Amino acid sequence: MTRVAGLLDFRRLDLLATGDSSLHRLDPRAKVIVTLVFIICAMSFDRYAVAPLIPFFVFPIAVIATARLPIAFLSRKVALVLPVALLIALPNPWFDREVLLQLAGLEFSGGWISLLSIMLRSLLAAAAAIALVAVTGFPAICAALGRMGMPRPLAVQLLFLYRYMTVLGEEAVRMTVAREQRGGGPLSIRLYGALVGRLLLRTWDRAERIYLAMCARGFTGDFGSGQPSRLGRPDIAYVAGWCGLFLLLRTQDVTQWLGAAVLGALR
Amino acid sequence: MHMADALLSPAVGGTMWAATAVAVAHCSRRLRIEADDRRVPLMGVLGAFLFTAQMINFSIPGTGSSGHLGGGLLLAILLGPHAAFLVVASVLIVQALFFADGGLLALGCNIFNLGFLPAFLGYPLYRRLAGREPGTARATTAAITAAVVSLQLGAVAVVLQTVASGISALPLGTFALFMLPVHLAIGIVEGLVTAAVVVFVRATRPDILPAATPSNRSVTGVAVSFAAVALALGGIGAWFASANPDGLEWSIARITGADDLDSPPTTLHARSAELQRRVAVLPDYGFRRDEGRDASPEGAPAASNLHRPGDRLGTSLAGVLGGAGALFLALLVGFVLRRKAQPT
Repeated sequence: MTRVAGLLDFRRLDLLATGDSSLHRLDPRAKVIVTLVFIICAMSFDRYAVAPLIPFFVFPIAVIATARLPIAFLSRKVALVLPVALLIALPNPWFDREVLLQLAGLEFSGGWISLLSIMLRSLLAAAAAIALVAVTGFPAICAALGRMGMPRPLAVQLLFLYRYMTVLGEEAVRMTVAREQRGGGPLSIRLYGALVGRLLLRTWDRAERIYLAMCARGFTGDFGSGQPSRLGRPDIAYVAGWCGLFLLLRTQDVTQWLGAAVLGALR
Repeated sequence: MHMADALLSPAVGGTMWAATAVAVAHCSRRLRIEADDRRVPLMGVLGAFLFTAQMINFSIPGTGSSGHLGGGLLLAILLGPHAAFLVVASVLIVQALFFADGGLLALGCNIFNLGFLPAFLGYPLYRRLAGREPGTARATTAAITAAVVSLQLGAVAVVLQTVASGISALPLGTFALFMLPVHLAIGIVEGLVTAAVVVFVRATRPDILPAATPSNRSVTGVAVSFAAVALALGGIGAWFASANPDGLEWSIARITGADDLDSPPTTLHARSAELQRRVAVLPDYGFRRDEGRDASPEGAPAASNLHRPGDRLGTSLAGVLGGAGALFLALLVGFVLRRKAQPT
């Protein structure tokens, strides 16, 4: 039941967005744009890039620090991607055996280097997404995407999904626990059909009740989007600053400068 | 079968984002025209249902392992393809944001592979095979066929997207030989599970299953046209991916109008290159790139340099030191910001 733990994590991550910091107060659109530019820049390196990826960690680290987010919890969330990343990267050392790097007498093949690169990419992508949710909150992200052109039906759909996920999740947990207490055992497909089918019917009835309740409150097929905020000076500065840094890190070999400077200082 | 950011190049990811955006826009317009208010909460809650159903694992017969529902086909049977597509898209967006499943760049790929293919290619097939009032055997056969077709196409899409991106070293043939049989098995199970739920619902509450979509033919037409668009876009994306391994540098060159990033005439670049030369005690750091794919301007000198063995250790040492230094600086920035952010 790892997914139950996932549900608890979901709640905790969701609550982080209720915090208050200079980052929480920025326009959600600014945060979405910066995150997307970050991911595009970091993911556009070639497959053997390792060192140039490292400076990109400054972004999630800075966000987590500035917004006073719980470091241990978020690190654990981000580290959850590592097993999957390892799985998808593991064939690389097998297929790419050419030695590309010699260090302290050890030889590293291209495959191992690209494996390391994939691990770093996974960490960066996951950290960026989770940091975005933690400082922005899901409804605000939906609103931002809506104002950036996402069609209303999908925005409404996302908000509904977000609101009922935990409700139905708890229902599923209750059903599973009840079944386990009555004997449990592996769930055959036929039984699964009945169990999930039952859940589906309950869901369907719930949707009907929600619809009637919403009609009673004047629902017209759309949520109100609240007061539209405008991009202020801090928002523009945030976008320009980070995007400028990402482009610099992408186009200039900053780690090389740094390494050379350190070596130079050592001599 | 979630595609991951780490395996994806921005060229391929962006192409699939574009294809998915077209599909989302079309489905949204379609739902607006139909203007069925009752369906708005239904879709939302069914998205939550799909999420929840994926928490419940069933045992896969004869293997001892367990699996969970994909759900694209089931939702299409319950809601019709347009609404199902949006529901699956919303579930994948939540998974990418909250659980880092897949990722934001890979979102387009995942929505296409797991949402579009089952809803617009698998579902029409199911409709055709199942007919109006299918019995258990017929519904099961139809669901298995539709699920297998969707998942095989999805697996092919994952393989093509991965290989076109060029981050993974897996050769096309090997990857396909691994993915297709695995997803054949997953497809059969997905079909069985989908049929089990549909049969249960039909037996208990037949009223909630739509009898048959009235616009059967148009769905197929839409599916074919979308697939054609996506294939064309994918082809263009793949071509760019191979001709310009570095999508971003390519687009920067397009934006700035400079076709040679190595020696741009701007003073900033010249100065930074000069600075680089001066501070670089051990110049020409860089992992070798494969010449054929990656003939970017600055790749060439680095590659030729590798033939001089003396430079190798030096360049990699600078790289490692630089990487460690960058990580240290990043952590330092975090530490300072944290101190500053502490309420006093």
